[in-house]
Amino acid sequence: MDFTLTEDRAMLQDMLRRFLSENYDHETRRALLARAEPFDRAIWGQLAELGILGALFTEAQGGFAGAGFDIALVFEELGRAGVIEPLLSSAVLGGGLLALLGNDSQQAMVEEVITGAALLAFAHTEPGARYDLSAVGVTAKDAKAEIVLNGTKTHVLGGAEAQRLVVSARETGTRHDPAGISLFLVPADAPGVTVAQHVTIDGFSAATVTLTDVVLPASARLGAAGAAFDAIETVTARATLAVSAEALGAMESAKAMTISYLKERQQFGRPIGKFQALQHRMADVLTEVEQARSAVVNLAGHLEAPRAVRERNVSATKNLIGRVGALVAEEAVQLHGGIGMTDEYALSHFVRRIVMIDHMFGDVDHHLERFIQLGQEAA
Amino acid sequence: MDLSYTPAQQAFRTEVRDFLATSLPKRLSDKVRLGKRLSKAEMEEWHALLNGRGWLAPNWPAAYGGAEWDAVQRQIFEEEACLAHAPRAVPFGLTMLAPVLLAFGSEAQKQHYLPRILNGEDWWCQGYSEPGAGSDLASVKTRALRDGDHYVVNGQKTWTTLGQHANWIFCLVRTDTDCKPQAGISFLLIDMASPGVKVRPITLIDGEAEVNEVFFDDVRVPVENLVGEENKGWTYAKYLLTHERTNIAGVGFSNAALATLKQVAAATQSGGRSLAENPHFAARMAQVEIDLMAMRTTNLRVVSAAARGQAPGAESSMLKVKGTQIRQELTSLLRRATGPDALPFLPEYLDGGDNQITDLPDHAPATAPTYFNMRKLSIFGGSNEIQRGIITKAILEL
Repeated sequence: MDFTLTEDRAMLQDMLRRFLSENYDHETRRALLARAEPFDRAIWGQLAELGILGALFTEAQGGFAGAGFDIALVFEELGRAGVIEPLLSSAVLGGGLLALLGNDSQQAMVEEVITGAALLAFAHTEPGARYDLSAVGVTAKDAKAEIVLNGTKTHVLGGAEAQRLVVSARETGTRHDPAGISLFLVPADAPGVTVAQHVTIDGFSAATVTLTDVVLPASARLGAAGAAFDAIETVTARATLAVSAEALGAMESAKAMTISYLKERQQFGRPIGKFQALQHRMADVLTEVEQARSAVVNLAGHLEAPRAVRERNVSATKNLIGRVGALVAEEAVQLHGGIGMTDEYALSHFVRRIVMIDHMFGDVDHHLERFIQLGQEAA
Repeated sequence: MDLSYTPAQQAFRTEVRDFLATSLPKRLSDKVRLGKRLSKAEMEEWHALLNGRGWLAPNWPAAYGGAEWDAVQRQIFEEEACLAHAPRAVPFGLTMLAPVLLAFGSEAQKQHYLPRILNGEDWWCQGYSEPGAGSDLASVKTRALRDGDHYVVNGQKTWTTLGQHANWIFCLVRTDTDCKPQAGISFLLIDMASPGVKVRPITLIDGEAEVNEVFFDDVRVPVENLVGEENKGWTYAKYLLTHERTNIAGVGFSNAALATLKQVAAATQSGGRSLAENPHFAARMAQVEIDLMAMRTTNLRVVSAAARGQAPGAESSMLKVKGTQIRQELTSLLRRATGPDALPFLPEYLDGGDNQITDLPDHAPATAPTYFNMRKLSIFGGSNEIQRGIITKAILEL
C-alpha cells in the first residue's frame, strides 16, 4: 500500500507540469482554436522529445513506462493545462491497438508514433452506436486475397490529421456481436476513404470517415480475423483511464480558479468566500474531487487486472468521474457567476472539457448500468 | 503507487481474521449482524477478549499496554472486525480520553487511569455537549470554581452516550469567564459516584436510550483531576479532532452494511424478480457501491499519509462528510429493501429475545431503528455543516 509516486514518475510529472506551465497557457490554447489549428505541431514535437509519448508505452512496445499510473499522471497534467494535442487518439488508441495486435512490421510503426512522426486515429464508433463497443456495421468482405471495406465511422478523434486509421469492421456476425470484428490499418489517402473534419465543443479535432469500396491487402489486418473485440475493450479501458485522469486534472484547475475567485471577488463589501452558502458548496466540491482522484487511482491500479476486475473498475471510475465532473463543472461556473461563462476566461474551457468527457467511452448512466451487469455476471 | 498490501500487512490481516474466527463468540456476532443491542456485560466481555490478546488499545504505545499499530494496521483490523460482525470497542476511554492523557496528562494520571481502561475497572463517557453548546461547543457553561484543593462543578451535559454504564466522565468545564470563550475552558475528570452527579436517560427516535443528560450540582472534584493546564481544555479537545480519527470514514461499517444489503436485495422478491434486479433499486445500490470503492481509497490515502507522519487536517472533515453520507445511504437502502417488514417495532427482540412474528426475516426488526439511529452520524462529532466550514476555511484562509 503506497500512494506516493515513484521517483521516476515524480520526475516525469514535475517535468511535464513545468513544460506545460511554461509553454501551454490559456492564451496558447485560445490562439490555436482561433486559428482553427487542430493542435500545435511545435508543442507536439517537444512533447515527443520529452518522452511523454514514450511514457504511454511499455519497454517491450518501445516505450519506457506504460502502466496505468503512467497514463494517469500524463493525462492529469494534460487536463490541468487544457492541452488539445492528439495523445489520446494517436498514442493511447491508435498506437495502443498496434502495440497490442500488430505483427512485427505493424509493431515497428509504434516507434514512429512514439517519436511523434506518425499520427494514428481509431475509427470505431458508428452512427447510432452510442457507447456500445460491439456495435460495428462497417463491412469487411474478402475478395480473393484482398479486403473491401464499406460503411461510415463517426466521432473519429484526430481522424483528419492521421496518416493512418485503425478501422474496425465486421467480417462475420450481426451488428452487436462481439465476435466477428476485425481491425485494419488503412492509409488515410487510400482510394474510397473520405475524411470530413469538424471540431468538438471542447476544442478537439474530430472527423467523419466514409469508406466506399476501400480495397486493402489482407496484410492490413491487425491480429486474427474476427477476433479484435478483446483488444478494443482493453484499449478502451486504457483510454477511459486517460480521459478520467484528464478530467481530474481539469477539475483541479477549475477548483484552483474557483478558490482564487472566492478569495478575490468582493461583493457586499467582503470576499464572496466569506458567505457560508458558498463555502459549503465549495466544501462539497473539494471533497468530491478527492473521491475523483481515488477513482482514478483505483482504475490505474487495476488496469492490468483480469478482465472482470478491470472492467468493473472501468465502469465504477467512469461513472464517478462523470458525476463528480458535472458537479465540479457546474458549481465552478455558479460560484464564479457570469465571468465563468465567458470564452475568454479559462474556466469555461476546463468546464467544457470536463463535461464533454462524460460523452466519451460511456457516460454516467451507461457505466452505472454496466457496473450492475458486470456485478450480476460475477455473482 | 501500489494498491496491494505488503506481505507483513497481509499476514497481519490473516492473524486478525484467525483471532476473530476463534475468539469472537457467535452469541455476540449474531447480535451485531442482526443490529441487536448489546448489554453492558456483552460489551465488557468483548473488551476483555481483545485485552487478553493485547489488541484493545490499537493506538496506544506498548509501554501503556497498547498494540502500537500503525494507521494501516488499524484500518485492516477495522475492516476485518466489521466483516466478522464483531462489536465495536467502546471508544470513549480508549480513543477519546486516552490520547489526551497520553499527550497532555501527568505521568501519575497515565499510570492510574490507562490500566483501568484496559482492565475494565473504569467505563468513561464524554461530557462535551450541553443544551446550549452543540455545534458551538466553545460556549460550554458548566462552571468549575476553584475552592481550595477542589473544583466545585455546577451545570449540565447532554447527549452523553452510554453514560448510563459509566463510572467516570471527562468534561469540558468553564474555569474562566473573562476571556474569549475558547480560552476559559478546562479538561476535567469527574468520578460519577461523587455526590451531586445525576444521570437521566434520553429516549431517542429509535426507541432506545443510548444517550443521557448528566447534571452536576455542587460536585466537588479534586484539583489533581485536571488534565494539563487550567484554561487549555479547548486545545486538548481539538487535538482529538485532527489526530485520532482515522476511523472517521466508517469504511469497515459500510463494507459490512453493503454486504448485508446485497444479500437482502438478492433474497427479496418484488414484482416477480429480486430487488437486486429492479433497475431503480439496483442503480441506487450500484451508485453507493461505486462511491464506497472510491471512499476506501480516499480513506487509505489519508491513512497512509498519517502513517508517514502527516497529521490530517481538512482531510478528516472530508472523510467524515462523505463517509457518513455513504453510511446513511446504506441504512436508508436497507430500510427500503426490507419493505413492510421494517414496520414492526420489537424492542425485546432487539435486546436479545426471540423473533415472535411468523415469517418475519431476522434482519428486519433492526433496519428501521438503525436507519433512525444513524441520522446521528451527520450531527455528532461536529455536524457535517461544521465540517464543511472546516474544509473550506482551511483552503480559503479568509
